[in-house]
Amino acid sequence: MLETLLEPFAYDFFVKAVVVATLAGALCGLVGVYVILRGMSYIGHGLSHAIFGGFAASSVIGVSYVLGAGIWGFASALAINRVSRSHRIGADAAIGVITTASFALGVALLTVFGNRGPSFDAALFGSILGISSTDVWTLVAVSVLTVGVVATRYRALLFATFDPEVADVSGVRVARTDALLMLVLSLAILSTLSVIGVTLVAATLVIPAVVARMLTHRFATMLWLSTAIGAVCGLVGMNLSYHLDVPSGTTIVLTGAGLFVVVLTLTGVGRLGRTQTRSGTPAVL
Amino acid sequence: MSPSEARVTHPEVAPVHVLAPATELVRAERAGVSYGDTPVLAGVDLTLRAGDFVGVVGPSGAGKTTLLRLLLGTQRPTTGTVRRAPGVRVGYVPQLETVSWNFPVTVGECVLMARSGRLLPWPSRAERADVAAVLERLGIGHLVDRHIRELSGGQQQRMFLARALLREPQMLLLDEPTSGIDVATRHDMLHLLGHLHDDGMTIVLTTHDLNGVAAHVPDLVALHGTVVRRGAPLDVMTPEVLEQTFGAPMDVLQHLGMPVVLDRHAPGRPHGA
Repeated sequence: MLETLLEPFAYDFFVKAVVVATLAGALCGLVGVYVILRGMSYIGHGLSHAIFGGFAASSVIGVSYVLGAGIWGFASALAINRVSRSHRIGADAAIGVITTASFALGVALLTVFGNRGPSFDAALFGSILGISSTDVWTLVAVSVLTVGVVATRYRALLFATFDPEVADVSGVRVARTDALLMLVLSLAILSTLSVIGVTLVAATLVIPAVVARMLTHRFATMLWLSTAIGAVCGLVGMNLSYHLDVPSGTTIVLTGAGLFVVVLTLTGVGRLGRTQTRSGTPAVL
Repeated sequence: MSPSEARVTHPEVAPVHVLAPATELVRAERAGVSYGDTPVLAGVDLTLRAGDFVGVVGPSGAGKTTLLRLLLGTQRPTTGTVRRAPGVRVGYVPQLETVSWNFPVTVGECVLMARSGRLLPWPSRAERADVAAVLERLGIGHLVDRHIRELSGGQQQRMFLARALLREPQMLLLDEPTSGIDVATRHDMLHLLGHLHDDGMTIVLTTHDLNGVAAHVPDLVALHGTVVRRGAPLDVMTPEVLEQTFGAPMDVLQHLGMPVVLDRHAPGRPHGA
């Protein structure tokens, strides 16, 4: 039994994959706290699809996907922001148009110019095999940056998330803080894309944070708890992926979903009400 | 800008949170706000000076919150001008209804938000002492680790007041600080604001509680899309002004030199009680 569990650790690629999945899970868990408390689950979902367009375009042109998809993703985030501010179109509709169009463009590009096969599936659902050293270093750099931002802007981020208007008159630069969070969110999605996949990134943002919310009413506790839950999901999910031969994004998300059901059963359904956001709509997708 | 206003721009010269009395803090001239095609405020002329203690009364939809936002600067006038003295530290207590009560923060975490400049996530020893002191002063020191939802309405008001006070504001704005709490707590709150005003703080609050403000606040603004009247309670709480403001006939009695407003359709039942 133990031998079977330890067997894949003999392979370098698997050790790399486990490290990346654990770190990716932790990173998404950390950023996800802000995503669910701001009622932005849908933005996470949309942004990952938008980034797929950039991913496809950069693979067709032959430039680094980190660069291509990164610029594309941040541009999408800014476009969403801009379109949603013109009050005629709501934010949700703006996200719907921009991100699905970007996703469709990505699919069209890859269909016309080829490059389907493993990388296409990997981009959608995540892959153990597709992890390069660039992926690892990108993820490490983004994680360091994210922790740095969350630590040094801790109260400004909290205040701007809890009550942007009062934060604004209390000396917090809300617009700048929000832009910083969008940047960190875009980078987190981009850097975890290869392990978790476009279609499932949103779940890794949402699930650990929701589970953490059910376990605490303290913000500081929720932050580290969500990070830890994300890491555990990444670690366990990646191992399951190897043994079950299922895409890693799938097993990471299913691990989280399993944990969610267990915690929900133990704490009672009533606690789910806690995850409701400012607008009163449930944050769960 | 007058010479006295120049002091406002250099708070390090002025005492901690006391501005020279009568220093002009905000001046609205013919200010109006429309949301789309719907006008909320029009032709508002209002000057706020250091040391003022102003209560804004008016019916729902009269534009009370919008007026506060104009004074705060979070709402720009769509017509006219609002000039605000630069560098004034402002504390704001929001309406309880607008707060997301499911948000995972404890009372201590919420109050600490006021010190947003710190580059470390955890509070310093001095900050922890400051939070304890301000909560103690407001009588909710024992609730520091509670979730914000577990507090009563009056305690929630005090928590947000504590957060505002932690900034050592020169100007304090409160949106409906007396709603959602019982009569005794309401008077405690108004007393507390009176003490802060005595210490030199400039205070503006909105309220539905006509008799409460008439008894505790020296300077009233009757608002209904524009400033109907501003002055002492006895000048503002008149049947004419109140009917113009609320659109309903009201009687005003005097009790111990203070106006008491009665709803004419329900004799003997004080309005807003």
